[in-house]
Amino acid sequence: MIDRLGLLAPYATHLSDFSAMMLVLGLPVLLGVLAACWQPRRSWPIVAFSLLPLMALAWLSFRVLPQGGQTWLIELGSLTLQWRANGLTLLLLLLTQVIVLSSAAYAPAYLREEIGSKGQQVWLWPLQGILAASLSLIWLAGDLLTLYIGLELMGLAAVGLMLLPGRVDALAAGMRYLLLALVGSLAFLLGIALLLGAWGRLDLVGLALAAKPGVLLWVAVALLSAGLLLKAAAFPLHAWLAPVHASAWTPVSALHAALVVKGSFFIVLQLWLVLVPEARVAAWLVGGLGGAAVIWGGLLAWRAAKLKDVVAWSTVSQLGYLLLGFSLLIGTTPSVAEVAWEGTWLQLAAHSLAKAGMFLATGNLIYSTGESHVRGLAGASRRMPLSLLSFGIAAISLIGLPPSAGFTAKWLLLHASLEAGYWPWIAALALGTLLSAAYIFRVFRYSFVEDAEPLDYRRVPWSMELFALALALASLLLGLVAEWPLMLLRAAGGGA
Amino acid sequence: MSQAWLPLATLATSLLVVPLIFALPERAWRMRTALNLSAALLKVVLVALMVWGLYQGESYRFSFTVVQGVTFLFQVDALGLMFAGLSSLLWLATTVYAIGYLEDSPNRKRFFGFFSLCVASTIGIALAGNLFTFLLFYELLTLSTYPLVVHRGHAKALDAGTTYLRYTLTGGLVVLLGVVALHVMVGDVTFGEREMLADLGPEAHGLLTVLFLILLLGLGVKAALVPLHGWLPRAMVAPAPVSALLHAVAVVKAGAFGIVRLVYDVYGIGLTYQLGLLTLLAVIATVTILYGSMRALAQQELKPRLAFSTVSQVSYIVLGISLFGPFGTIAGLVHLMHQGLMKVTLFYCAGNYAEELGIHRIDQLDGAGRRMPLTSIAFTVGALGMIGLPPVAGFISKWYLGMGAVQANMPWVILVLVASSLLNAAYFLPILYRLWFRPGPAHGVGEWPQERRLGRFETSGWLLWPTVSTAVLSILAGLLAGLPFSPLDLASFVTAEEYTP
Repeated sequence: MIDRLGLLAPYATHLSDFSAMMLVLGLPVLLGVLAACWQPRRSWPIVAFSLLPLMALAWLSFRVLPQGGQTWLIELGSLTLQWRANGLTLLLLLLTQVIVLSSAAYAPAYLREEIGSKGQQVWLWPLQGILAASLSLIWLAGDLLTLYIGLELMGLAAVGLMLLPGRVDALAAGMRYLLLALVGSLAFLLGIALLLGAWGRLDLVGLALAAKPGVLLWVAVALLSAGLLLKAAAFPLHAWLAPVHASAWTPVSALHAALVVKGSFFIVLQLWLVLVPEARVAAWLVGGLGGAAVIWGGLLAWRAAKLKDVVAWSTVSQLGYLLLGFSLLIGTTPSVAEVAWEGTWLQLAAHSLAKAGMFLATGNLIYSTGESHVRGLAGASRRMPLSLLSFGIAAISLIGLPPSAGFTAKWLLLHASLEAGYWPWIAALALGTLLSAAYIFRVFRYSFVEDAEPLDYRRVPWSMELFALALALASLLLGLVAEWPLMLLRAAGGGA
Repeated sequence: MSQAWLPLATLATSLLVVPLIFALPERAWRMRTALNLSAALLKVVLVALMVWGLYQGESYRFSFTVVQGVTFLFQVDALGLMFAGLSSLLWLATTVYAIGYLEDSPNRKRFFGFFSLCVASTIGIALAGNLFTFLLFYELLTLSTYPLVVHRGHAKALDAGTTYLRYTLTGGLVVLLGVVALHVMVGDVTFGEREMLADLGPEAHGLLTVLFLILLLGLGVKAALVPLHGWLPRAMVAPAPVSALLHAVAVVKAGAFGIVRLVYDVYGIGLTYQLGLLTLLAVIATVTILYGSMRALAQQELKPRLAFSTVSQVSYIVLGISLFGPFGTIAGLVHLMHQGLMKVTLFYCAGNYAEELGIHRIDQLDGAGRRMPLTSIAFTVGALGMIGLPPVAGFISKWYLGMGAVQANMPWVILVLVASSLLNAAYFLPILYRLWFRPGPAHGVGEWPQERRLGRFETSGWLLWPTVSTAVLSILAGLLAGLPFSPLDLASFVTAEEYTP
C-alpha cells in the first residue's frame, strides 16, 4: 500500500521539478493577495488568472508522471522535510484547484448581490489562496511535520473564512470551530510527539520501517486518528458540522464541505496505511463508525428543516462511505484492497464535486427565494429550474444513481465489500442510498407543489448559475469517464 | 466496432433534445413542437434502419471502459430492436397526443424535457449490451419519470410520486446488488454470452438461484408483478400521455424486458430451466394475471381499471417466457409489442373521454359511442384485443401462449388463459356495452360531466389521430402477423437465435 501512496518514489534531481511544485503551492497564495489588492468584480478575471496554477500543475504532472512519482528532500537547517508527488497527489491537487477556482469565480456575483457591503470581503481572497496552498501541502507531504503545518494552516484559514460575515452567530460558530480544531491539533501533536520520542524520526517511509507494533504505537495512532477524525467530522465527532455552515458564506461552505474535511481524512488513511497496515479489527471499528455515520447523517438530513442543514448533514453521511472504504483497505486481501482503493478515491472526488456544486446551488436557491427553509421552496420548479437542475444533478451523484461518479464509486465499494464478505457494509451502503434518496426527494417534493403562494423571486446572476451547474455536471459525467482518473491512480506505483 | 454511430445517434435523437427543450422559453410552443416531432420521426427512421441492417446481417456495437472490468456497451440485437421499435413508434404517437393534451396547461417545457429523457432511457435500455449499461438506463428511467408523475403538483400527485419512488428506487437498489454480485462472480456478462454462467458448474447453482431471485425481485417492481405492483395504480394520477406511454409501455415494459434479458441472455433458458426457476416464474405470472384481473373488475374508474389490467397483461410476457419451448418464447416476446400497442390505445381513449367530456368513471360512459364514434371504435378494438379476439393482435399472443403451454407440457396454463380471458371479458365488455348500447347524454338522457368542444371532429385532432393510428396498428399487427417485419416475425427471429445452439 505504501507504494500506492507514492512514498517510495525516486528522488527528484532537476531543479525544474522543484520549481514546478513551488509554483503549484505558491501561485494560489499570490493570486489571493493580488485579488485582495484589486478586488475582482467579475468572474472572468478569476477564471483567467486561475489558469496559471492549473498550468503549473500541468507542468508538474508532465514532469512527474513519466516516472510514476517523485520525492523531494528539503533541507532547512537541521530539519529535513520530505515531499512527494504521484498520480494520486496530482489528482487531489487538480480536484482542489478546480473546486477553489469554481467557488472563487462564484464569489464576485455572490458578494455583490447577496452580501452587499457587509463583512470583511477583502479577506476572502487571500484566505482562499492559503486554504488551497495548505491543502496542496497536505497532499504533497511525506513527513509528519509538513502534515502538521499543512493541517494547522488549513484549520486557521478555514476559521478565518468562517468569521468573514462578521455577525455574532458567525463569530460564535467560528470560535467553536477554532476550539475544536485546536483540540484536534493537540491530539495530533501528542501523537507526533510519541512517535518522535520512540523512533526519533518523522518521515513516513522511515516510520513505516522503524515502527514496531506495541502499546506505544497504538496510543500514538489512536491520538492521531482521534484528532483527525474530529476534524473530518467523522461519526460520532460530527455534531459541529451543521452549525458551522448555517452562518458561513455560500462559497466558503462549498470549500469547507468539499475539501477541508477531506484533508483530514486523507491524513488518517495515509497514517494507517503506513503505520498499522494490518490492523483489521481496528479498521473494522472505523468502518462501523462509517456505517453509523451513513445512516445517522442520512436520518438527520431527512429531518432537517433548513436547506443548508440538509446539505450539511448529507456530508456526514457521505463521509461515512469514505470510512467504509477505509476499512476495506486495511488488513484485507490485495484484490479487495485494489477495488476499494479506486472506489474510495472516486467517492472522494465525486463527493467533493457534487457537494461543492450542491452548496452553490443551494446558495442560489436561498438567494432567489429569500427562504432558508426547505418548505420555502414550494412551487420553485416553476421559476428557477436551472438552480434546481444543478441541485438535482449534484443529488444524483450523492444518492449514487447512474451515470454519476457517486454511482461508479458505490459500485466499486459494493464490489469490494461483497468480495471481502463484509455483509453489514453492504447493508449500510444500501440504506445510505435509500436515505439519501429520501432527503433529496423531500426537497424536490416541495419544489413541485403547484398550489403554493407565489413568492418573490430574484433572478440569479448567470455566473452563480454557471459554476454550480459546472461542478454538478462534472460530478455526473465523471462517472462515465472514471477510467481516466483511475488510470492515474494505477500509474501511481512508486518504485516502478 | 462496426457502425457504432447508429445506436449512438438513436440515443442522441432524444437525449440531445432534452437540453434544447430546457433552453427554449416556455412560450416557444411552435419551436418545441417542431423539435419534438422531428426528433421522434428521425428516431423511427434510425430504428428502422437498424432493423433493416440486422436482417442484412450487420452488427452494431459501441463500447468503452468505465472502470477496470466494467464496460459501457451498446449492442444491437433483435430483442433490443423490438423494444426500441416499440418505444420509438409509440413515442411519435404519444408526442402528438401530448401536444394536444397539454395545450394551454402550465409547465409544458418541464414536461416535454423529462418526457424526452424518459424515451432516451428506454432506448438505452433496449440497446444496452450488458447488465451494467442496462442498469444505468433503468435507473435513469426512474429519475426521469418522477417529474412526470408529480406533474400536476397537487397533494395526490405528490403522494403518488413518493410511492412511486419508494418502490422503484428500492427495486433499482436490489437490482444493483444482484448485478454487482454477478459481476464479482463472473465479471462483465455481455448479453448473449449465456455459457458464462452455465459453465460455472453445479456447485454454483445455489448461489445462482439466489441471485436470480434477487434480480427478479428488483426487476419485478417495475414489471408490476404481484405483490410489487402497488405503485402502478397510484401513478395513474399523472396526465394521460404519461399513463399511456410510461405506465403502459416504457416503465412496466422496462421491467418485463429486464426479466426477458435475465432469462434468455444472462442465464440462458437452458440454465433457468435446469435451476427449476421457470416453474416459479409461471406461478408468479399466474398469480399476477389472475389477481390483476380481479382487482380490475372491482374498479369504478376508467384509468385504475386499465392500470390493473396492465398489471395483469404484462405478466403474459412473463408467462410466455416461463413456458420452455419456442412457442412460449414467441408468445412472450410478441406480447411485449402487442400489449404496448393495445394498451396505449386504451389509455389514449381514456384521456380523450376525460378531456372532451370530463368522464373519469365508468358509469358516466353511457352512450359515449354516439358522441365520440372514432374514439369508441378504437377503444373497442383495444378491449377486444385484450380479451384475445381475432383479428386484433392480442389473439396472436394468446394463441401462441396456448401452443407454448402444450409444448412445455404445462396444460394447466391453458386453464389460466381461459380464466383470464373470461375475466378480461368481464371487465371490458360492460364498458363496451355502456359505450354502444346504453342511452346517454348523446341520446338526450342526462348530460356529460364537463363537455368541451375541442376540435372540428369529435375532439381535437391532436388527440384523435394518434388514437386511431395505434388502433389500426393493433389490427394490422394481428392481420399481417405472417409478413416480414411484423412483431411476430421479429419475435420468431429472436426465438430462432435463442434455441439454435
